[in-house]
Amino acid sequence: MNWHAIRVIYKFEMLRTWNTLLQSIASPVISTSLYFVVFGAAIGSRIETVEGVPYGSFIVPGLLMLSLLTQSISNASFGIYFPKFTGTIYEILSAPLSFFEIVLGFVGAAATKSLIIGAIILATAGLFVELEIAHPFWMLTFLLLTCITFSLFGFIIGIWADNFEKLQLIPLLVITPLVFLGGSFYSISMLPPFWQKITLFNPVLYLISGFRWSFFEVADVSITLSISMILLFLAICLWIVWWMFKTGYKIRQ
Amino acid sequence: MQPIVSIADLCKTYSSGHQALKNISLDIQPGEILALLGPNGAGKTTLISTICGIVTPTSGTVTVDNHDIINDYRHTRQLIGLVPQELTLGAFEKVRNSLRFSRGLHGCAPDDDYIDQVLKDLSLWDKRDSMLMMLSGGMKRRVLIGKALSHQPTVLFLDEPTAGVDVELRKDMWRLVSKLRESGVTIILTTHYIEEAEEIADRVGVINNGELLLVEEKTELMQKLGRKQLTIELRKPITTIPESLDSYNLQLSDSGNNLIFHYDTRQDRTGITALMQAINHAGLALKDLHTSQSSLEDIFVDLVRADP
Repeated sequence: MNWHAIRVIYKFEMLRTWNTLLQSIASPVISTSLYFVVFGAAIGSRIETVEGVPYGSFIVPGLLMLSLLTQSISNASFGIYFPKFTGTIYEILSAPLSFFEIVLGFVGAAATKSLIIGAIILATAGLFVELEIAHPFWMLTFLLLTCITFSLFGFIIGIWADNFEKLQLIPLLVITPLVFLGGSFYSISMLPPFWQKITLFNPVLYLISGFRWSFFEVADVSITLSISMILLFLAICLWIVWWMFKTGYKIRQ
Repeated sequence: MQPIVSIADLCKTYSSGHQALKNISLDIQPGEILALLGPNGAGKTTLISTICGIVTPTSGTVTVDNHDIINDYRHTRQLIGLVPQELTLGAFEKVRNSLRFSRGLHGCAPDDDYIDQVLKDLSLWDKRDSMLMMLSGGMKRRVLIGKALSHQPTVLFLDEPTAGVDVELRKDMWRLVSKLRESGVTIILTTHYIEEAEEIADRVGVINNGELLLVEEKTELMQKLGRKQLTIELRKPITTIPESLDSYNLQLSDSGNNLIFHYDTRQDRTGITALMQAINHAGLALKDLHTSQSSLEDIFVDLVRADP
């Protein structure tokens, strides 16, 4: 393993976060706080509980997932897209690095950033609502797996994208709607039966459900299914990244 | 001697169908400076990029230090430093950090003493804490060289290293290349500047339309392919060349004082002796003689023109 290379890529990517601290950390924290104000205080005052959990607390896992997913994707996709855009990717490609080491550096940094943001948002949520975490181990497991998986997904988008518009396309048009429709702010049991069935096709539902279970022991689908789904998505992302490097797809001519 | 870089039947066809490299075979000896000359789109950058791992070859093999660039990429890329043609640098990193990054990428442990020495050698010491985007084009070029040298490579590829830099910086680069060669680094450079190849290369390769037209020792190449020009200065000017000298295809200078004769050094008989006798028979008195040799540029232009 080329540990020195993994270290410098990781350090370089993390440095970018500190250089753009306001954009990297303050922005998601502010937007999440706004969600708490709007959904928690304004709407939450009219909905007392959902499945026995106060509405303000109920939406915390969903809000965390919303931030984690979008941040993981945008951090990782930008991390690999920018060297492609500036041409500095030549250095990575001509270095004695395997695809796994490249991924470890970029995705590791993106996942770390998301974890930090997740921790800050969780702390921010604690200022608005009372929070108890029923299963801290599973909460951390979900947090970690989500950050890694969606950073990998972002990495794939960064390689696939050949302009800034494409870079934003998937997070804006696919991820955000899926998170909103995946039970971030409600339980799918509140939906009519037809829409409940449709929602089961939304992969983000399984993440939010499992994550919410780790907080409140309340879930839309079984915890085993949630874990299985995220592991499956992780495996798919890893396979796609491996295939991209093997074939040189949009990286190596 | 075992070549440090060995290329055999290398082909590259891009997905667009463009065949950028056609059966390139070439051995590069340790410690030499090889200049690759060729017009735009000849395949120089593709060749370099393939050896460095940026472009995947369609067929053929490349070994560096006797290791295959695909199967043993860790070993080969560790030995290689690359200075790309474009000024591809980040914007917000500092110069010194940028070199540290490149060193780490190649699997080397941090060594600030060495990095600082490279910065000093490249006259970048004063700029070590400057952001890359604040540097001039020439300084950026130096940073790219510094990055390529940051892991102490054995083989250095310089893709158009002096493109767009001023004369002073170009000469600085030449000095640096000579110094690197003295330390045992093998250098392969592509250039548009014939004078650059003429000044610093040991061997010259000419590439056109993806084909390696020739690779020769620079001096041998100039001897083999160089046309010479003999200028015969006459004691008295003439208005027309005597008919008896027609077979020599002489040119008469505007002043009428000089007869110019072109000959090929590759021929056993250059025709100079016979010409001298013919001039003597024609009754022309000579004042002086001098020869000049065609430059590498002339040779290059001739070769590329001859290639269909």
